[in-house]
Amino acid sequence: MAKGSVQIVAERCKACGFCVEFCPTHVLALSSAFNAKGYHTPYMVHPDKCSGCDLCGMYCPDFAIFGHKDAAKETVAAAAPVSAVEAKEEQDAR
Amino acid sequence: MSELTELTVQNPVEEFLRMDRIPHIWCPGCGIGTSVNSFAHALIDAKIDTRNVAIVSGIGCTGRVAGYVKQDSFHTTHGRAIPFATGLKLANPKLNVVVYSGDGDLFAIGGNHLIHAARRNVDLKVICINNLIYAMTGGQTGPTTPNDVITSTNPYGTFDASFNLPYLVEAAGAVYVARWTAFHVRQLARSIQEMFAKKGFSFIEVLSPCPTLYQRRNKMGDGLDTMKFYKEVSKIRNGAATKDVALTKSGEITVGKFVDRERSDYRDLLHDRLLDSLGDDYVETEACTCQ
Ligand SMILES: Cc1ncc(C[n+]2csc(CCOP(=O)(O)OP(=O)(O)O)c2C)c(N)n1
Ligand code: SF4
Ligand code: SF4
Ligand code: SF4
Ligand SMILES: [Mg+2]
Repeated sequence: MAKGSVQIVAERCKACGFCVEFCPTHVLALSSAFNAKGYHTPYMVHPDKCSGCDLCGMYCPDFAIFGHKDAAKETVAAAAPVSAVEAKEEQDAR
Repeated sequence: MSELTELTVQNPVEEFLRMDRIPHIWCPGCGIGTSVNSFAHALIDAKIDTRNVAIVSGIGCTGRVAGYVKQDSFHTTHGRAIPFATGLKLANPKLNVVVYSGDGDLFAIGGNHLIHAARRNVDLKVICINNLIYAMTGGQTGPTTPNDVITSTNPYGTFDASFNLPYLVEAAGAVYVARWTAFHVRQLARSIQEMFAKKGFSFIEVLSPCPTLYQRRNKMGDGLDTMKFYKEVSKIRNGAATKDVALTKSGEITVGKFVDRERSDYRDLLHDRLLDSLGDDYVETEACTCQ
């Protein structure tokens, strides 16, 4: 059971990949979907592994993501911008 | 992605930002925004009353910080952040005055102001985002650009010596000197907290990627590649002699706290001297405040 979760404001993201790279438990991946400016935004590929440590938030230069303990998991599920199939594919590819 | 309209928890950093100005102008993978997170977390963790914090920037990509933070802030002319901040601090000693600016702004056009504020030990907290270049104006060589780097003004590579900022600032008289990179988010936040507890001229150098104008011309990849490079080559050496921490294009980066010492600050010295000389005739001026 995940101890934490993240919130993503996709429209602020510039797809730098910092959050994906430096999440200690590799929770995140850049999705294949675009935001309005054409950036591939992150989503939780392993939501169960999130500790809510907010390291992703500390790294994000665009204030687009942040991690928190518990709560608000439902919003995050809605944030995943890819289909379940794509998510599964990316998970397998890791 | 528009499903995500209701955020149930808010990023605590947003309290410190003028969110109506976000998204900001910084490029994808620029490290300046990352440093702002560390700064905001330092204020949160140290429980600093932000009504007593003023942020002063010069001109440059880094200078834009003054426009994005929600504290009292001033975006001065190029190179003049330190003299503006000095006036602010002397007029209102209760303020925590932070100078947040770029390497070019602080060490090229503003270099004289910086060394003399350090010499006098003016109580300023200086955060220098060092991307090794004049970024905003197109990537010209600056006083921090290492050797053998391609810039818009050195298309065949730089060949002149660059400043070792911690060494320079220590020699000039700073009481607190540290260096981190944009990769060291938590260490940087802790260092900024320490700086807030310090009285006197304090300085933190933050190495930061400029993928658009520095890394690109030197085929050093993007912002993420630079962050990975920082992670790989940085060595934490607290207390290292600053003469030994000069930077090269791709060599080791020494990070850590190098200097932490005590010295009377400018305002105390001024106060003591006037009291000594004038005795009872000396009247302490009221701090100017803005209501
Ligand atoms: C008096 C004056 N001279 C020159 C400039 C042009 N100028 C604007 S920003 C800048 C350099 C900024 O470099 P740095 O301080 O390192 O900031 P960065 O953009 O790299 O964050 C220069 C030369 C100016 N705005 N004003
Ligand atoms: S909060 Fe921590 S564990 Fe969760 S995604 Fe962010 S960095 Fe990873
Ligand atoms: S760190 Fe921020 S801007 Fe970069 S990919 Fe993650 S959410 Fe997007
Ligand atoms: S030009 Fe360089 S320093 Fe300026 S915003 Fe872009 S990446 Fe950052
Ligand atoms: Mg610069």
